Amino acid sequence: MASHIVTAFENELREINRKVAEMGGLAEKSVVDSIDALIKRDTILAQRVIAGDTRLDQLQREIEDDAITLIAKRQPLAVDLREVVSAIRICNDLERVGDLAKNTAKRVLALKGEYQAPALLRGVEHMSEIVLEQLKEVLDAFGARDAARAMAVWKRDGAVDDLYTSLFRELLTYMMEDPRQITMCTHLLFAAKNVERIGDHATNIAETVHYLVVGEQLADERPKSDASSMTTVAYPKG
Amino acid sequence: MTAMSSVSIKTTIAAKPEFKFGKNKVSANNVNVFYGDKHALKDVTVNIPEKAVMAFIGPSGCGKSTFLRCLNRMNDTIPIAKVTGKVEIDNQDIYDKALDVVQLRARVGMVFQKPNPFPKSIYENIAYGPKIHGLAASKSDLNEIVEASLKKAGLWDEVKDRLSDSGTGLSGGQQQRLCIARAIAVSPEIILMDEPCSALDPIATARIEELIDELRENFTIVIVTHSMQQAARVSQRTAFFHLGVLVEEGTTDTIFTNPNDSRTQDYITGRFG
Repeated sequence: MASHIVTAFENELREINRKVAEMGGLAEKSVVDSIDALIKRDTILAQRVIAGDTRLDQLQREIEDDAITLIAKRQPLAVDLREVVSAIRICNDLERVGDLAKNTAKRVLALKGEYQAPALLRGVEHMSEIVLEQLKEVLDAFGARDAARAMAVWKRDGAVDDLYTSLFRELLTYMMEDPRQITMCTHLLFAAKNVERIGDHATNIAETVHYLVVGEQLADERPKSDASSMTTVAYPKG
Repeated sequence: MTAMSSVSIKTTIAAKPEFKFGKNKVSANNVNVFYGDKHALKDVTVNIPEKAVMAFIGPSGCGKSTFLRCLNRMNDTIPIAKVTGKVEIDNQDIYDKALDVVQLRARVGMVFQKPNPFPKSIYENIAYGPKIHGLAASKSDLNEIVEASLKKAGLWDEVKDRLSDSGTGLSGGQQQRLCIARAIAVSPEIILMDEPCSALDPIATARIEELIDELRENFTIVIVTHSMQQAARVSQRTAFFHLGVLVEEGTTDTIFTNPNDSRTQDYITGRFG
């Protein structure tokens, strides 16, 4: 696409996009690190994730400020307007992703000295691998302004929900079997919930990319299959 | 040992209410305009819905004002101008030889870029049209028309105590509202506005825009504007002209958020080379 007649406008849009890309990289890294810290019980890494969240918060504020100033100054229209609105939306999603990673990292600190059961971690680890892939894919789709790629991410979110629901059931079962695992399992349950929500934010970003490229809001209902809030596990008999 | 129950919850969201367009007031078919050798307007075909605001946008010299002037045959006043094609108002061909142009211009009023009140009193500015068209049977009829027109133009409260003062002594924004009142006084069906706010400050502009919003209840309004934001704010439909061609026409929402044609996109986002 041709550039704007006003060079400063072009530069301002580019700067906003650069910051969103930076946020994307940082958010991705904090998710990877938080899960790594959880699996390896690495409290130093966990602390680094917690400290790193400040930068994400700061970037989000900057992007919002820049976007508001740009709207006030330039009154962007059509694709420019969608660029600015998308930047605001995506930076909000990424800021939340950072918060969720931070929350998982805090749980690593809480679990220090708790009962160890690596088997319990496998489900969370597997789920986060899938969600990380989703997050990476959607950020690439945003970078490439590729609506089809974003929609592929959007369609896969149902699988993450299914995984979470089964993990939920699995962890409940462990807790019933051995009460010493309750603290660990509860924290893991929240960590899994964090990961599931990160997946939801990736889906939000996919919807935004679709809007940015196509120019219309996605009308379809998203493929939701998180049934954990309606899931019960019966107490083992005998 | 596990039992799972699940309940499906479904919600529906009401669609947002959209502006409903009435029947077409004006329909133009393959309109071409030539100024001597210059082909200023090329095969323009468009419908203008009644009781709504339609905005024409495009760079200078794109033909939008030329097209506007076809709608009340203002181009007749330019000797070298030649118009071909068909323009119908309420299914009546306005270029029909039998049609009275003076009557047509009473039905299709016009407001210009620069306020151009007559160098007469505020009262006379409004009363002149109804008088020559024989719309008032008595002095009190005329008084009523003057008051009603000034009220509709949102100017009455500001001028009611000085109707005999000169129209040219008003501020720019007031003069423009006086011109709108003057256009309304002859009960037109359509009001054409050629950049009505370009000489006004933001407050006066806001007043005119507010007025346009109110007037569309009763009139069909066509506005030419260089301000994208103004077109986006006041109109329900927008048409984009470029190099004498009508490039794209659609609901204002679509044109300004998701236009179809790349030329429209480039123009409204400030990318035209």
